Amino acid sequence: MRRLIKSAGLREILLPLGRMAVFVLGAGALMSVVMVVLALLCRGSGADKLLLSTQNVNIVFYTMANLPQVLIDGVTIGFVYAAIALGYTMVYGVLEFINFAHSEIFAIGAFAGVEFLIIMDKIGVLATSGTYGPYLYLTLALAIGMLAAGGIAVLIERTAYRPLRGAPRLVPLISAIGVSFALQDIIRLVESLTTGQFYRVIPTFGNFDDKILLFTIQTASAPIKVDIQVKSVIVIAAAVMMLVGLNYIVNATRIGKAIRSVAQDRDTAAIMGIGVNGVIAFTFLIGGALGGAAGVLYALKFTRIDPFVGFMPGMKAFTAAVVGGIGNLTGALLGGIILGMLESFAGAYLGTFTMGNFGSEYKDIIAFLILIIVIVFRPSGLLGEQISQKA
Amino acid sequence: MKIKIRETLRTVAEYLNRGKAPYFLSIGLTILGFVLVYLSPRSIPAFLVFAAAAGLPYFLSIKKSIKLALAVLVAIVLVPVLGARNIFYLEVIFQIAVFSALALGLNIVVGFSGLLNFGYMAFYAVGAYLWAFFGSQQPFLLHAIPGTAPIGTQFFMAADWFYLFIFLGVIVAAIVGLILGLPVLRVRGDYLAIITLGFGEIVRQLANNLDKPLNLTNGPQGITPIQRPTLPDGVIRFFNGIFEPLVGRPVTVNQFYNILFYLIALVVVIVAIVITYRLDDSKVGRAWTAIREDELAATAMGIPANKLKLGAFAVGASFAGAMGVLFAASRTFVSPESFTFLQSVGVLTMVILGGIGSIPGVIIGASVVIILNLQVLQSFSLFLSRLRQSDAYIPIINFYWRDLSNQLDPSKYQRLVFGIILILMMIYRPAGILPAARRKRELRVAKLEADSASVDNGNGGNGLPDVDKPAASPKEDNHA
Repeated sequence: MRRLIKSAGLREILLPLGRMAVFVLGAGALMSVVMVVLALLCRGSGADKLLLSTQNVNIVFYTMANLPQVLIDGVTIGFVYAAIALGYTMVYGVLEFINFAHSEIFAIGAFAGVEFLIIMDKIGVLATSGTYGPYLYLTLALAIGMLAAGGIAVLIERTAYRPLRGAPRLVPLISAIGVSFALQDIIRLVESLTTGQFYRVIPTFGNFDDKILLFTIQTASAPIKVDIQVKSVIVIAAAVMMLVGLNYIVNATRIGKAIRSVAQDRDTAAIMGIGVNGVIAFTFLIGGALGGAAGVLYALKFTRIDPFVGFMPGMKAFTAAVVGGIGNLTGALLGGIILGMLESFAGAYLGTFTMGNFGSEYKDIIAFLILIIVIVFRPSGLLGEQISQKA
Repeated sequence: MKIKIRETLRTVAEYLNRGKAPYFLSIGLTILGFVLVYLSPRSIPAFLVFAAAAGLPYFLSIKKSIKLALAVLVAIVLVPVLGARNIFYLEVIFQIAVFSALALGLNIVVGFSGLLNFGYMAFYAVGAYLWAFFGSQQPFLLHAIPGTAPIGTQFFMAADWFYLFIFLGVIVAAIVGLILGLPVLRVRGDYLAIITLGFGEIVRQLANNLDKPLNLTNGPQGITPIQRPTLPDGVIRFFNGIFEPLVGRPVTVNQFYNILFYLIALVVVIVAIVITYRLDDSKVGRAWTAIREDELAATAMGIPANKLKLGAFAVGASFAGAMGVLFAASRTFVSPESFTFLQSVGVLTMVILGGIGSIPGVIIGASVVIILNLQVLQSFSLFLSRLRQSDAYIPIINFYWRDLSNQLDPSKYQRLVFGIILILMMIYRPAGILPAARRKRELRVAKLEADSASVDNGNGGNGLPDVDKPAASPKEDNHA
C-alpha cells in the first residue's frame, strides 16, 4: 500500500515535468519553424534589403541567429505567465468565476518581496552575504511574497466574494473589478505614504545579472554568443518547482482531492462532508501564493515595479489560461508557454519584418487578439476536453 | 429604532409631496440654490444645494408643465449665468452631461440587454478621433513624424463641419459597435466582459501606436489643435446684452465656447434620454429584457436574439460616438490617455451606482461620480494641502499635518473610489440607488416570496442577468 502511494506520488512529480518539457520543446520548435519559413518567404523583400544594407546579413540568417536568445526569453516569461495563469484557472475551476483581482495579488506579492529585499539591502546584509547568501534571501523574499499574496487572496475571498456566492454570475465579476481597482490604489497609497514614491526597484545583489555563456555560433563576421542570465535560470527553476508542487498538491493529496471534488460539484462535495468554504479559501491561498511568487520573479526579471504592474501580465496570464482551457491546470501551463513564446517572438521580430512600421509595442495587441479569437472560436481552449485534469 | 427613523422620513416626504408643498419646495430650493451659488461661487455645499434643486422636481408630484418649465429655466438660464461667473461649474456640469450620455449608452448594453461591456470607452475614442483627425491638420501630416508638424499647415476642413460630424460619429461608432458585437453572438456572460475589455485595450493601443507607418493618431502625444465650430457674429454681444447685468461682467470668447459646448451636450443628452425612454417602452426594449432574463426562452418566443443584441451594441455605441466628437472639439485635444480601462470602469460605476437599467438612476449615478471626482475629492485634496502648510497637529498622537506625505492627494485616488463603490454596491445594493421601475416590482415580488417561504434570498431580483451557464463555457464542455 505504502509503495503504491509512493509510486503515485512520484508519478505526479514526473508527469508534469515531462509535460513541461514537451510543451516547451514543442512550442519552441513549432514557433521556430514558423519563423524560419516566414523568413524564407521574406527573402528579397524590403525588410531583407534593409537588413543587408544596415547589418550586412540576410533575413534568414538574422532569424536563425536570434532564435536561441528569443526562445530562452520566451520560456522565461512563459513560466511566469503560467504561474499567474494557474491562479486564475484554479479559482475558475472551483468557483466558475474570473478572479479579476488576481493581477493585483500578483502585484502585492511583488511589492512584499521587493520591500523585504530593500530592507535587507538597507541593513547591509545583502551585500555581505557571500556566494550563497543571495539565494537564501531571494528564497525568503519569494516566501514572503507568497505569504502576503496568499493571505490577501484569502482576505479578498472572505470579504468581497463569499457574500456574493450564489448571486448571478456577473455580480462577483463586477465586485472583482472593484477589488482590483481598490487594491491598485491601496498599494499606491501605502507605498507613497511609507516611501514617498509608488514605484520600487529591486536592489541589485548576488550574481543574478551575470550571464552564463551557453554556446557560440561561428559566423563569417563576428561570432554570436548565446547566453542566459542567471536570473532567467532562477525564474525558470523556481517556476518549475512551484508548478510541480502545485500539481502534486492538487492530484496527490487529500486536500487536492477535496479541491477537485468541489470543482466538480460543490453541493455533492458538501453532502459528502467536505468543508466547501475551507476548500475554496485554500484554493485562493495557493492560487494567490503562486501569483505572489510569480510577482517576485517578475520583479527579479524586470527590476522595476509599480502598483499597476499587474494589469498586463494579469491579462496575458488570463489569456494563457483561456488558451489552454480555463479550469485546466495543464492547459494553463501550455497557454503560459505559448503566450510567452509569442510575446518574445513578436518583440524580437515584428519590428524587423515590418521594417519598423509595426514595432514590438504591438505584442500586447497580439495577446488581446489571441484572447478574442480563442474565446470566440474555441472557448474551451486547447485542452478543454480533458475532464480528469480539471482542478 | 432604525425602522422608526425610516418611517418618520417617509411620513415627512409624503407630507412634503402633497398639495402645494412640492411647488413651494422645488421653486424655493431652486432660488435658494441659485442665490447661494451666485453669492459664493466657490462653495461646494452651495453647489450641492443647487444640484439637488435641479434634480428634486423629478421626484415630486408636480404638474408636468411646471416641471418642464423649471428644467428649462435651470438648464438654459441659471446654469449658463452661474457658469459664466465660475467657469469651473460649467466644466462640472458639462462633464455630467457627457458622462450621463455615456452612462445611458452603456445602460442600454448592460442594463437593458444584460451584456457586460468593459470596453465602452473604445466607442467614445472612435468618435473623438474621428473629429480629431478630420477637424485638425492631421490629414496633411500623414507622413510627418509626431511633433514635427510644419508651421502654417492648413486645417483639413472648415470648422462648421463639426455639426455634421456629430451625426457621423453616431454612425461610425454604431458600425464599430456592430463589429464588436459580432463576437457577442457566440459568447455570453463573463467571457463577453473580457472580450470587450480586450477590444477596448486594442483600440487604445492602436491610438497609441498608429503614428507609423501613416501618422493617423499622432501617437501618445495626441492630436492638437482641433477646431471648434465658429460662432456667428454678434452672438456673444447678444448674450452679454441679456445676461451681463446678471453675470456681473461680459463673457469672453472662451467662456462662451464653454457655454456653447454645454448646450450642445445638453441637447445630445436630451436626445439620448428620449431615445432610451422610447426604446425601453418599445417592443425592442421588452425583447432586450426578455433576452437578459432568459435568452433561451426569449428565442423560443420568436425573438431574434442575435439581431437585437447587435442592435443594443450599436445604439449604446452611438451615444458614445456623438459625445466623443463633442469631447474632441471642446478640449481641442485628444490623446489615448483619455480612453483607458479606468474610464470604462468609471462609466460602469456610474451605471451600477445609479441603478442598472434605470434611466434617472443612471443620470444620478453619473452626477454623483463626477461631483465626487471633480469637487469633493479635489476640495479634500485642497483642504489637506492647506493643513500641510499650517501648524496644526493632531493633539493626542502629536502628529503634525506638515509631516503628512504630499503624495496623499485624494483627487488622484479615483480607482479606490470606483473600486469601493463597486464592491459595496454589489454586496449591499446591487440594484443601485434608484432601481429601475421594473426591477422594483420584481424586488417586491421576490421579497414577498422570500417572506412567505422565510428563505433568505438576498440576491433576488438584483440588477444583473442570471447567466448561469454560458452556451460556450468550457465547464459545459467538460460536463459533456
